[in-house]
Amino acid sequence: MLGRSIRKNSAVLAAFAAITAGLIAFTFQSTQARIVEAERRAAQRALFEIVPQSRHDNDLLSDTLTLPPDQMAQLNMPEQTRIHVARNGGEPVAFIIPTTATDGYSGDIRLLIGINPDGSLAGVRVLSHKETPGLGDKIELGKNNWILGFDAKSLESPVLEKWRVKKDGGDFDQFAGATITPRAVVNQVKNVLQYFSTHRDDLLQQARSNGISQP
Amino acid sequence: MSQHNYKEIAINGLWKNNPGLVQLLGLCPLLAVTGSVVNALGLGFATVLVLTGSNLAVSLIRHNVSDAIRLPAFVMIIATFTTCTELLMQAFTYELYQILGIFIPLIVTNCVILGRADAFASKNPALPAVADGLMMGCGFLLVLFAIGAVREAIGAGTLFANMHLLFGEVARNWQITLFGADYKGFLIAILPPGAFLVAGLLIALKNIIDARIQQRLAAQKAATTKGSRRVRTTGQIA
Repeated sequence: MLGRSIRKNSAVLAAFAAITAGLIAFTFQSTQARIVEAERRAAQRALFEIVPQSRHDNDLLSDTLTLPPDQMAQLNMPEQTRIHVARNGGEPVAFIIPTTATDGYSGDIRLLIGINPDGSLAGVRVLSHKETPGLGDKIELGKNNWILGFDAKSLESPVLEKWRVKKDGGDFDQFAGATITPRAVVNQVKNVLQYFSTHRDDLLQQARSNGISQP
Repeated sequence: MSQHNYKEIAINGLWKNNPGLVQLLGLCPLLAVTGSVVNALGLGFATVLVLTGSNLAVSLIRHNVSDAIRLPAFVMIIATFTTCTELLMQAFTYELYQILGIFIPLIVTNCVILGRADAFASKNPALPAVADGLMMGCGFLLVLFAIGAVREAIGAGTLFANMHLLFGEVARNWQITLFGADYKGFLIAILPPGAFLVAGLLIALKNIIDARIQQRLAAQKAATTKGSRRVRTTGQIA
């Protein structure tokens, strides 16, 4: 009697599992193409903001450089990310480096940092963060123009000692009530710029040789 | 319950037994995502979809599942609808999906859904079960919307910002700026404590309205009895 009910119940549950799994598989199959496309578009939009389409003529998403693991660690690049190269007529016009500022107020701040071959910034954007709404989230372009302040800055202007927030004697504004967040972003942008200035020739060479092998 | 009173179901879901304000179920997403109207609506619609779908499915299978295994079966159904909803949101409203993040998969754990499946859908035919799911969902959606609107208005000084994330390009300029561009925003409304405060105020408001209605009903009753007595008195005098 007990055995019969166990058998019957497990059969019903198994049937349920099969049907529900089938439903999910079907939905997954029919939405997957759109999801991949949406993810691609979202990634592309961020890249386009730093290097507008008028400045380059290649496919930013697929034109990438892969760095050795130690350099990725040095740059704090998230796993599975690569440096994107923007080129115009085959010549690199900007490198877009995904990176993470780890010393924010709460959690990692994911950044995209675009650098021109001459070492000046093409632009910086925040991809994701968990900073306090209303205070630290002014690093988002939608909330404040602060992040645009990096445009065209380089290690020469301002000089290295001035790559801090004003509270620390530097050149960059902090927000009222939030110093830690901008400090973290400024710091990470500086680190990436420093990396770039030492590895510039390497990166350029690698990008150029990639460009030749590509049609 | 052989007669299904749809008016009753609607009143129950939207007001008398509202999941957000009376049953106080699903508070976690309710409080977490209501920083703005668009987030609130996004989660609200997802919940309505899951709740209606799971109520329908549970009601359809209610004779085939024994009591012993009804809960695992319900949970499977709910998880399926949630996963499908998640995939659909990912495909069609990708940015909103990113903003809502973990709260979409967490719909599975929203007690409203299992609660309605067990308390109503498993005992009623398909049509009333769908109506119940829809009305309970809408009740939840309305509360989400109200909290979202109040928090966005106080905290950011806007209403309906970023609606294009949900409704596409046509909604891009739906944003209403309430207090001028200089409004700094009242920070606590956006922060988690603001969610509790606004939810508490809404519950209080509902209780006040309910008390008023009671009072008026009582007064009406008193008035009618008084009125009839006066008629009798007049009759005696005449």
